[in-house]
Formats: sequence, structure tokens, C-alpha cells
Amino acid sequence: MLIAVLLLFALALAAPLIDRAAGRWTGAVLALGPLAAFLIIARWLPDVAAGETITQVHAWADALDIRLSFYLDGLSLMFALLISGIGTLIVFYAGTYLEGDPRRGRFYAWLLIFMASMLGLVLADNIISMFIFWELTSVSSYFLIGYDHHRESARKSALQAMLVTGGGGLALLAGLIMLGVAAGSMEVSQIINEGEVLREHAWYLPIVILVFAGCFTKSAQFPFHFWLPNAMEAPTPVSAYLHSSTMVKAGVYLLARLNPALGATDVWLYTLVIFGGVTMLVGAYLAIRQVYLKKILAYSTVSALGVLVFLTGLSNVDSPEAAQYAGKAFAVFLLAHALYKATLFLVAGTITHETGEKDVTKLGGLRRKMPLTALAAALAGASMAGLPPFFGFLGKELLLDTTVKNPDWMLPLTIAAGVAGFLFVIVALLIAVKPFWGALKETAQHPHEAPFAMWFGPALLGSLSLLFGLFLNPLARPIIEPTASAVMGVPQEVKLALWHGINLPLMISVAAVVLGILAFLGLPIISRILKPFDALNRIGPERGYYALFNGTLKLASFQTRLLQSGYLRVYLFITITMSVGLIGWQILQLDVLPIVDQFREIEVVPFVIENLYTLIVAALILIGTFGAVHSRSRLSAIASLGVVGYGVALIYIIHGAPDLAITQFLIETLTVILFVLVFYHLPQFPRISSVPARVRDLVVSVAAGVMMTVLVLIATNLETEKISDYFAENSYELGQGRNIVNVILVDFRSMDTLGEIVVLVIAAVGVLALLKLKPPREQERKNNPHEADGREEAS
Amino acid sequence: MSSLILRTAIRYLFPIIVLFSIFLLLRGHDEPGGGFIGGLLGATAFALFAIGYSVETSRRMLRFELHQLMGFGLLMATLSGVVGLILGEPFLSSAWIEIPIPGRPEPFKLATYLFFDIGVYLVVLSITLMIVYALAEE
Repeated sequence: MLIAVLLLFALALAAPLIDRAAGRWTGAVLALGPLAAFLIIARWLPDVAAGETITQVHAWADALDIRLSFYLDGLSLMFALLISGIGTLIVFYAGTYLEGDPRRGRFYAWLLIFMASMLGLVLADNIISMFIFWELTSVSSYFLIGYDHHRESARKSALQAMLVTGGGGLALLAGLIMLGVAAGSMEVSQIINEGEVLREHAWYLPIVILVFAGCFTKSAQFPFHFWLPNAMEAPTPVSAYLHSSTMVKAGVYLLARLNPALGATDVWLYTLVIFGGVTMLVGAYLAIRQVYLKKILAYSTVSALGVLVFLTGLSNVDSPEAAQYAGKAFAVFLLAHALYKATLFLVAGTITHETGEKDVTKLGGLRRKMPLTALAAALAGASMAGLPPFFGFLGKELLLDTTVKNPDWMLPLTIAAGVAGFLFVIVALLIAVKPFWGALKETAQHPHEAPFAMWFGPALLGSLSLLFGLFLNPLARPIIEPTASAVMGVPQEVKLALWHGINLPLMISVAAVVLGILAFLGLPIISRILKPFDALNRIGPERGYYALFNGTLKLASFQTRLLQSGYLRVYLFITITMSVGLIGWQILQLDVLPIVDQFREIEVVPFVIENLYTLIVAALILIGTFGAVHSRSRLSAIASLGVVGYGVALIYIIHGAPDLAITQFLIETLTVILFVLVFYHLPQFPRISSVPARVRDLVVSVAAGVMMTVLVLIATNLETEKISDYFAENSYELGQGRNIVNVILVDFRSMDTLGEIVVLVIAAVGVLALLKLKPPREQERKNNPHEADGREEAS
Repeated sequence: MSSLILRTAIRYLFPIIVLFSIFLLLRGHDEPGGGFIGGLLGATAFALFAIGYSVETSRRMLRFELHQLMGFGLLMATLSGVVGLILGEPFLSSAWIEIPIPGRPEPFKLATYLFFDIGVYLVVLSITLMIVYALAEE
């Protein structure tokens, strides 16, 4: 499984180069990567279908219980196949969709990073690895949503998605760590067996709340649903992939994954059923209030995610029969939705690509111009509307079966599910019928049938919606059964049949379809009636997001004004007094008498003879310090500081630390170079401090000096085992080097070094940005306002 | 600063300093030196060009854009750690192959820590120069 994930990461790095080399074949070439991942994972299908689970462990940081371990059961297999399978078609599609776009290479890099992370997320066994992949999907989706970064709305939506899912991610991290500690294992495969321990644990409630925070934000549950429709700023292949079949399902995945461990309590059941149910209805209602193709699909996705959360919740009801139905319905609906939603998104992309029109009310009659796309749309639409014998029909039947079988709450749950089904029919008709049937409407561009790569994916996925429905037991069951088992936590035996007899769910289905068609025909009238209610959107949860967002900015500027004076002396003053205060307070708690006693034992003459060189250099350093403080010119002050610096380097040499000495010499030299560069630009060197200020500085600096001296004395007198002995002994044995300092840097503590250079690079990027982001000069702005603005945006 | 003495001196000093910085980088594992020190010294060489001639000249001598060097260095250091991972050890564990060199008692060790150190070298060099250039261009 590691190979599949690493392969995609490696391919992401190579994507820009491949894009340059392969030209118009890029999509096809790159699609081989996800295809390979699909085949690698599909190899395990027979084992998993037989009820086995597969675990693979790779060492990472064992001491911290962090491993790169993978776990494959029905649930992760289902997701992994969807991610790599749909991913293959998306990559193929995007090659043509973005034909001629100079940034296509970068696009592919991010898309493949996303795909690899998503695959890692669903395959990960260790919850810390899983969280890292989880965050990587947030980060890479930020770049994908903000792909058209010259548009403000794209940047804003990308940031919104990142902040909402990232904020939830932080809560999730806390929740996962508590979960791991409470369960006594960081591996999902073991946590799911610890349900009884977890439910009794004192941390159960906080864990569940934090996990909900992570999952609900990621999976766009009400009231965090607003970011998903905004994320439609992304190019359509991204929307089809991230915002229908993969990333937004990560939250659903985690809920289903932890369902056996955290489920079977009232909190779990009611929260999921209520939030899922509300999201299902709100999403579906908002979907039919949209006119833009992608927005309709986005809200219907929100609704579908609600259905999945709703079903996860219902798999915990007391009635075993209803619970089993919920598990089965979850698995079927998950697969059915992924197939038809990806198809419809791609179809929407193709329509807009060919006509230049996004508004569904201005489209019509395209079936003659684009027969294959129309066919794909019809197949997927029929599945979404829940018509037999499509796979979506089974999903909807099972959803209704679940609610009908519920002893409590049967009526409200069934009505909610029925209404959602009815709204889904309208959405399906809007996307799959409206643009293609009726009279041909004039559009900005002359529509033609899409190129092969752009109809192949939708047509294949659309056909699968039909094939899975027709061949339920040979095709769908091997994957549905283990998925339902994983969600329920106990092996399930699943029988799938389209025909359940004439019963209540079927009658509700028929009513939903009939009413849906009628409502679709009367949509213009219904829209007019519902229009006044759109004002409600303005007081929706998105306002809360903006209030928080602007509030944070205000708080940031307030505390910046408070703390950031812009004067180096103030910063130094604060930093030094704080460290002296905090460390000094700690030192006062220690018993320093034995250290003081040492000094009494020192005999002056032998000590001076033994340390003659050090003492001479120390005297030089002191003279340099006084010189720097008292000098009347900047040049001599700098030169005196140089004496101090080189003096310190000499002490390093005397005490046998050549590496430190060389570093110190180089830093001193570089300081001189930097000083030469700025020398002419600096103002005069007046004495600006008043006498009280100088006294204050004197006190602070003396206190700092005393504190450091005492600290060093304490540190050198500690009677503990020194780590330097270990390094000295093992440097050549383990690190193959005789220079201990270097072996520490590049081997024993190389992780620290890597962290440091990462920080350096981040700081450098910040410095560069600050220097380059200077506002354009007044004159330039007057001459050419557009160009000046453009540059600011670009950099 | 178009001092003839400085310019002439830089011309001769430059290759020596750069060679010495690479020397420090390569010997670093056994003797005093290493990527950090080497990078600082390398930056000094290019900084001298920026002072004696111009930032432009110095940039031309470098041939690569600073941010590219920086990213490349970071990538190299990270990838050197992946080798250990592939061999089944924790991330950043060293791995090496020994190449005997005729006439030398010890074989040359082509090791991942060498590439890690080269990465450090490039990052330190490019960041130092970034600050120097920024100040010089002000």
C-alpha cells in the first residue's frame, strides 16, 4: 500500500516535467499513475471480500507511537478504489479540459499530491499518520480551489475552505490524540476493538465532540456547509473529484471508521442523525434554489453527505434489523453517489467548456450536439433520481427501508428521507435533462461533442451506475458486504436485490419521482414563490464565519499595535527582561550554595597559570565590550564588537571546539560585510537615550549577564549523565564520522537540522515577500494603474 | 565601491574561497567543517562580488536563482532522509556505500548524510545571499 501512495507523490513531483514533455498526451500519461494505484489496491479485493483485513507497518517514530502503518478492510478498500478509480478518469479528463493552460503542470502536481494524501488518509492505520494525510488534503485543496488565483473570489473561497477545514482539523488532532491515549493504541485496527473501554472512559464526551468538529467541517455538515459551494471556484475536474467523491467524504469516512469504537451511545446516535438529517434537507433545498450547474451539484453534494452521516448515526439504533439496513444503505449510497455525482460534475464541466454557459436556465437542446455527453448525463441522472434498475435506486430504497424499520421516530425520519428523495429527483432533472432536452438555446460558443477524454470518463462512470444496478450480487456485493461490516464493526451478511416487493419504501419512491417530475415542470412558478425566503441565506452561518474572520483580523491589528513598536531596543528590552525574569525565578528555586563553595577552593596562582590564555582572551573581550558601549562613533563600536566576537571564537578554539570557532569567525566576517553594505545609509550616531533610560539598560544588561553566568555554572555542575558522552562514543560507530558536531547535525539530530533549515527557508520566503511587496511608486501608479495593480496581485 | 584593489583581490580570492567552502563541506563529517560552515563561507565569496562589483554581477556568477537553490537544497536534504525510509529504517537514518579509492587507505563513503549536508549548504548559502542582496539593493 505504501507503494501506491508513494507512487502518486513521486508522480506529483514529476508532473510539471511530464506536462512539458508529453504535451497533449499529458492527461493519458499521468492517468497511468492512479490506474496503477487502483490495480495495486484492487489486488486485495478477493481477500477483503472474503472477510480478511490486511495490515502493513513501516517504522517511523516508534518511540512516539507514530508509524506509517496501513490497514485495509472493506471501508478503506471501498474508498481507496473510488479515489484511485475516479482519480484516473479525472486526471485523463483534466488533460483535455485544461488544454493550453500554461499552469497545467502545476495543477497536476497539486491534484496528484491531493490524490496521494487522500489515498494515504483512507489507508492509514496509525491515527497520527492519518491526521497528517488529512491535513495534506486540506492544504492541497487550498491550492486547487485557488487555482485561478488572479480572481479574488477564488482566493477568498480557497482561504475559507482552508480555514474551516483546518480549524476543524486542529480540533480533530486533539480528539485523535485523546482517543489514542484512552484506547491505549494509536492504531485504528486496535482502537475499533476498544469500544467498551472508550464508552466508559471519562474522556468519551470530549473525544466525540472534537472528532465531530473535525468531521463536520471537513464533510460540510450544517452549519459548516457554506464552504463547499464556494469551493466551486475550483476548475471543474477538481470539483468533481474533491468536492463530490473524495475530500468531503473524508469526514464521513472517519465517522464510519470510528463508528464501531465510539458509536452505540445516545450522544453519537442523536448528534449524527440530527446534524445529518438537517444537512440532508437544507442541502437539497438550497440545491433547487440555484441556477448555476456547479452550485446545484455542490448543494446536492452537501445533502448527500448529510445522508451518509444520517445513515452512520442510524447504524447505532437499538433495533438490530434497522441498524443492519443502515450499514448496508451507507455502503450502497456511498458507492452510488460517488459514481453519479462525479459523472454529473464532469458533464457540467463539459457543458460549460463547450457552450461557455454556466446558468442552467439558459441551456437547452444540447442532446443533438453532444449525444454521448447527454447519454452519460441521463445514466447518472437516472441513478441520482433513484429509478430502477440503476444503482442509485437501491441506495434510496435502502435509505427508506432504514427509516421505515425504525421503531422510534419512524415518521419524522421517513418524511425527511422522502423529502430528500423528492428534491434529489428535481436536481437530477435540472442537471441531466434541462440542458439536453427541449429546444436548442443560443449560447456564447457553438457547442460540439466533447473530445474523447472528456466524454469517456462520464460515460464510463454513468454506465457503471447502470451495471452495478443490473449485476448487484456479482459486481456490487464483494465490495458492499465488507464495507457494511467495517461500519458496523461486526461481519455482516449482505444480500442485495432491487425488488423488495410492493412496500412502503417503494410507494414513497414512486411518489417522490412523480412529484419530482411535476415540481420540475413547475419549477419557474415554485422558484417565484420561494424567492422571498432567499433573504434567509443572508443570516446563514456564513455570517458567523465572516464575523469570526474579521474579528480575528481586528484582534491581530490591535495586538500588533500594542506589542510591535518597531523599535529594536524595545524588542530587545522585552525579550531580555522576560528571559531574565523567568529563568532567574527558576534559578532562585535551586540551591546554588555548593557552586559558590567551589570558588573558595580555587587557588589563585595555579588557576591563573593553568588558564592563562583563556584569561587573556576574556580580558580582551571585556575591553571590547567597554569599547563598544563607550565609543562615540559607529565604526569603532562595530570594531569593538568584532573584538568581542573574535575573542569568543578564540575561546572556542582553546577549549577544542573548532567547528564552533569557524562558525563564529564566519558570522563575524559576514557581519562586517553586511555592515559595509548599510554603513552609508545609517543616520548619525547621536546619543538619544536619557540618563534614566541608560541606567535602566545598565540594570537589565547586568542582570542578563549575571543570570547567564549562574546558569552556565549550574549547567556545568549538574551531576547527571551527559548526552555528549553517548555522542562521543557512538559518533564513529553509528554515524560513520569523526567530527562529532557534524555527526550530531547530519545524523543523530538530523531531524532538528531539517526542521531548522525548513524554518530558515520559511523565514526567507517571508523576507522576500516583505521586500518584494512594496507598494508601487506613486508615479507609476498614476501612469498605469492596471499594470501596477496586476503586479501587486501577481507577487 | 569600485576600488581597483578590492576588485582585483576579489578575482583571485573568489575561486579560492569557493573551493575552500566546498572542501569544508566535503570533509565536514570527519574534520571541522560541514554544510552550515561551508554555506556561510560560500556566501561570503559571492557577497564580496556584490560589494566589489554589483549585485547583478554576483547573481550572474551564481547562475541559479536564489529561491531555486534554496528549494533544491531543502528537497535534497529531505530526499536524503527518504533513502533510510526505503531501506526500512526510520526517516533520515544514514545509509552509505563504500567506494575504494586507489592510493588512499580509507575508502570514500558515498553516504546520504553527504547529500543532507549539501542540502544544508545550499539552503544556508542562498538565504545568506538573499539577505546580503536585499541589503545591497536597498
